[in-house]
Amino acid sequence: METPHQEHINKDDFQHVYEPAEDSFLLIDALEKELNFLKAFNPFSCLEIGSGSGVIITALGMALPNSLYFCTDVNFKACLMSKSTALHNRVGLECVNMNLAMCFQNKMFDIVIFNPPYVVTGSEECMSNGIEASWAGGNKGREVIDKLLDLIPKILTDQGIFYLLLIEENIPEEVKQIMLNKGYKSKLIIKRQVKNENQLVLKFYK
Amino acid sequence: MKLITHNMLTSKCLKGVVTGYPLSINATNINITEVDYNPEFITRIIPKLDWEVLWRAADSIGHSDGLPQTIEPKFEENNEFLKKAHRVLLEVDIEEGNLVCPESGRRFPISKGIPNMLLTEAEVQ
Repeated sequence: METPHQEHINKDDFQHVYEPAEDSFLLIDALEKELNFLKAFNPFSCLEIGSGSGVIITALGMALPNSLYFCTDVNFKACLMSKSTALHNRVGLECVNMNLAMCFQNKMFDIVIFNPPYVVTGSEECMSNGIEASWAGGNKGREVIDKLLDLIPKILTDQGIFYLLLIEENIPEEVKQIMLNKGYKSKLIIKRQVKNENQLVLKFYK
Repeated sequence: MKLITHNMLTSKCLKGVVTGYPLSINATNINITEVDYNPEFITRIIPKLDWEVLWRAADSIGHSDGLPQTIEPKFEENNEFLKKAHRVLLEVDIEEGNLVCPESGRRFPISKGIPNMLLTEAEVQ
């Protein structure tokens, strides 16, 4: 999979929007490992939640041109950057300034991708709509993740797939159990140690 | 915001709102952006849409010309229809305006093509 061009981005904008980092590229690498499966699956519609700079959903759009692409972010500046990243890489991307995926009709997406705010912080820190929203995850780094887990059965189609990036501190085994209780199996796609973080990408499916 | 997105958005998570669908549209600035025409792709999209909602949305912003109100059987063989559907779904782009909840009247501004559907804790059920 190609990494999207990012020359159009003014570096100063990364004061307001999360700059693509190891976690973003791990998720792109996970999707690349899944590419043959995804090509055969031929998703109708793909959604990235909290798209930030937009590099992940754009990379997927470049690799699988015959799907519809959507993204959400609580940060308006991130929405603008996601749109321009997609545009500069000739991917059609629709972006909505939204909390998670709260305002979509039920069961609209075949693929949902989330690189969440996973850093363990105080609860009060994960309430912003600014750049803090890209990393501050509250208790266990799970406060935003757990809200999305509850939404997954509503937003995914019946055959839909959910890709989630986590770190060990998020207690992936607990996340798997929560999803199993909702009827989803899970599979580890990729794992990497980055400095003092153990990052991994899980795939959830029925 | 393209009309394909409008077809998927709802304000049902607002407190006291039952369906919140479809949102009405007030458009003050509409762009037409050329997108490569792919008949197979459009054919795949159409059965997944709420066509009536699409037609009414297109009509409300003055872009329903020649677009049938209902989908005919074997629409996939009608190239002229597919081209019109392509235009209204993927090329008509609302840059500025508002989406409005049909039940509560809550407005969601669209700015630079991005609808603001952010809700406060107090608004959510």
